[in-house]
Amino acid sequence: MINLETPRKHATLVDQAHQLAMNMLRPISRKYDRAEHAYPKELDMLAALIDGVSETGATSGAGAGGVRRDSSADDGTVRNGTNLASVLSVAEMCWGDTALLLSMPRQGLGNSAIASVADEEQLERWKGTWAAMAITEPGTGSDSANITTTAVKDGDDYVINGEKIYVTSGGRADSVVVWATLDKDLGRAAIKSFLVRKDNPGLKVERLEHKLGIRASDTAAITFTDCRVPAEDLLGSPEIDTKSGFAGAMATFDNTRPLVAAMAVGCARASLDLTRDLLEQAGVVIDYDRPAQSQSAAAATFLRLEADWEGARLLMMQAAWMADNRKPNSLEASMAKAKAGRVGSDVTLSCVQLCGTLGYSESELLEKWARDSKILDIFEGTQQIQQLIVARRVLGLTSSELR
Amino acid sequence: MSFISSLRPGGRHGLSSRETRDAIGLAVAAVNRLAQSELIDRVGLRKQAEQVVYTTTRNGFRVATVAGRTFARGGRRTAGARPASAPSRGVFDLTPTDDEQMLLEVVRELAAEVLRPAASAADEACAPPAEVLAAGQDVGLPVLGVPEQLGGILEERSAMAGALVAEALAHGDMGLAVAALAPGAVATAIGLWGTDAQQQTYLPAFTGAGSDALVAALAVAEPRVLFDPFEPATTARRDGDGFVLDGVKSAVVRGADAELFVVTATLDGTPALFIVESGADGLEVEADPSMGVRAAGLSRLHLTGVRVGADALLGDTDGTAHAECVRLSRLAWCALAVGTAQAVLDYVLPYVNEREAFGEPISHRQSVAFMVADMAIEVQAMRLLTWRAASRAARGEDVAREVGLARQLCAEKGMRIGLDGVQLLGGHGFVKEHPVERWYRDLRAVGVMEGAVLL
Repeated sequence: MINLETPRKHATLVDQAHQLAMNMLRPISRKYDRAEHAYPKELDMLAALIDGVSETGATSGAGAGGVRRDSSADDGTVRNGTNLASVLSVAEMCWGDTALLLSMPRQGLGNSAIASVADEEQLERWKGTWAAMAITEPGTGSDSANITTTAVKDGDDYVINGEKIYVTSGGRADSVVVWATLDKDLGRAAIKSFLVRKDNPGLKVERLEHKLGIRASDTAAITFTDCRVPAEDLLGSPEIDTKSGFAGAMATFDNTRPLVAAMAVGCARASLDLTRDLLEQAGVVIDYDRPAQSQSAAAATFLRLEADWEGARLLMMQAAWMADNRKPNSLEASMAKAKAGRVGSDVTLSCVQLCGTLGYSESELLEKWARDSKILDIFEGTQQIQQLIVARRVLGLTSSELR
Repeated sequence: MSFISSLRPGGRHGLSSRETRDAIGLAVAAVNRLAQSELIDRVGLRKQAEQVVYTTTRNGFRVATVAGRTFARGGRRTAGARPASAPSRGVFDLTPTDDEQMLLEVVRELAAEVLRPAASAADEACAPPAEVLAAGQDVGLPVLGVPEQLGGILEERSAMAGALVAEALAHGDMGLAVAALAPGAVATAIGLWGTDAQQQTYLPAFTGAGSDALVAALAVAEPRVLFDPFEPATTARRDGDGFVLDGVKSAVVRGADAELFVVTATLDGTPALFIVESGADGLEVEADPSMGVRAAGLSRLHLTGVRVGADALLGDTDGTAHAECVRLSRLAWCALAVGTAQAVLDYVLPYVNEREAFGEPISHRQSVAFMVADMAIEVQAMRLLTWRAASRAARGEDVAREVGLARQLCAEKGMRIGLDGVQLLGGHGFVKEHPVERWYRDLRAVGVMEGAVLL
């Protein structure tokens, strides 16, 4: 039976996340935007709180960690599970502050990768780690099949050499999931991911970036020099299967893209909520019944933004719902990320415009959200990469036909 | 018209009233007047084109509405039967129910095998063929929104089923979908807001078959700029026991054939719904062929001192039923937009894969492929907003915000998809050999229309 409301089952979780976002993240939002690279110590308390709640199972996997597809028997009933819970709670937290959500201890993108592809033994061994994700290199952005970092088998170890940039939480996390190729000549099939502890002597954090937005989140450049990791720290299968190719590594994205869409949805809603309030104080009332062209230009703009935003939000929920019900969702995940990414920018930038110098000033957070939102249309696959994926899928074209 | 005002160009032929003519302009206008004269036709200087009756009526020619059928009055003036709200399990779900799925299969077949093949000719003729209407009647379209105990199909409020059906029909053709769904708009309205007497009197007529099927139209729009359905210029004045209606309605589906109208009008400063039977004195209909949705036989309805009884008022006088009516009508247009936009996407996909330029399919170019990707993304966003609003309506929840947002998105993105559909076919998209030019014209309707259809 068709129903697109927030699941009743997750209502409490969403409320809790909203209260956390409002009462813990918002009060320190501007502080850590200004104090780039300072560690938000308040988050340790919050992380402990979230861990505590997670232990009880009450959150159904809140935060950026739980994207693993459960393998319990399919009894034909429709599920609202971990994936929906995750996107809903991530959206609420990013309504609070996107950068602080990204800085949440033990909720890194590497944790998503572990949750998605690690085996049972690895899951147990790495329990409680805070894992960052290292894919991008100075010469390799969206074409992640082209990475040059190498991993060479040597006895019971792999030896990793290369340079990674744009590693979110790379400075603060205690481990890094790094992508490296076992054999550059074998292409994408030879790319594997490894968990590397930060105390590994072959790993060095070279610098932290200064950024347009999400400044509270640290973004590191990391070098690996003859960095030895035990073979059992390779995620997934060590075999180079040229048939399945890149699929294994890329499957992580089917799970993380709806989460990035959720970040954009949450960040944009912060802008919409405040702008609506400021407009109402100025006497502009948004009327859903009257034709937009008969209302003020500000109201008409707001209606357009809110409609686009609602589209992004529902596409995000669709992608998560499909994952919960074990339907293949890479098309829908990319649709959600593409729509949410561009809507995030449009909404946050338009809200600054609607609010004038008040929106532009650091006295409000609107200008910050307009800076924070930009990265969400870039990382985990840019707008253009999502369009490529969607186009290939609907047109039935291969990556060599539509390049 | 005075001689002086006939020299002023404004107000006609799409000219702004600020235009003026100079001496050359006056001379050209005079020559043109002569060129239009029937005199040159009579002496054989120009071949007279045949014109169908419908197009001659576009020059303001009005006819009385059809002689009304006599409805057997019955029932009491108490509240009528109401469809039950659908239950809520509180689970996010995008799967139609088994009943909806079965209905959809039938309607999809109807759309593909009956509506789509008839679409081009019906667009040209500005009228739906009888077979299409009969097929719609057979499926039970007019009573889809009517409670089961009054002759309808489904036990519960059917806004969700209605949205799925409208989407599927519009995938065949929007104009024919509107023609087939229009009587159901009136039936659904009477089911939702009618008294027992109104339901007993009118609803049985909707189940008739063949030429006995009741033609009915929901008339909300008015031909004015910045029209706001919440402030209709059409008025209802209390007069003795009844009301007197005055005004002009547009986007009236098959006005010349309709035997029953539901008309919105301002009563004591608040909009309300009125049932008007055809044949009433002062009721005239005029063909109003428009940019698209032509197969629906769009018309204007002129009401000049039309007297109706006290039992003509449908629903309340505080604007509640009227507001709900406007929202549910807009929702139906959203569902139609989703269906037609999906048709554009489905048509464009094989075209760009097969059409070659510079030695390879044009779909291999990102500028083409990205347009297709955006179509796919936006049509799905349109669908999800429409479904959310429709499922809320089915559960009896408030839909003001959801319908407002769905209409905004469907009007904007639906038009974009229609525009890009033509663009992707290039010159081929501009000629009538392909349906995309019709879809372009149809999709413009979504942000413009009020009334006509209702879920």
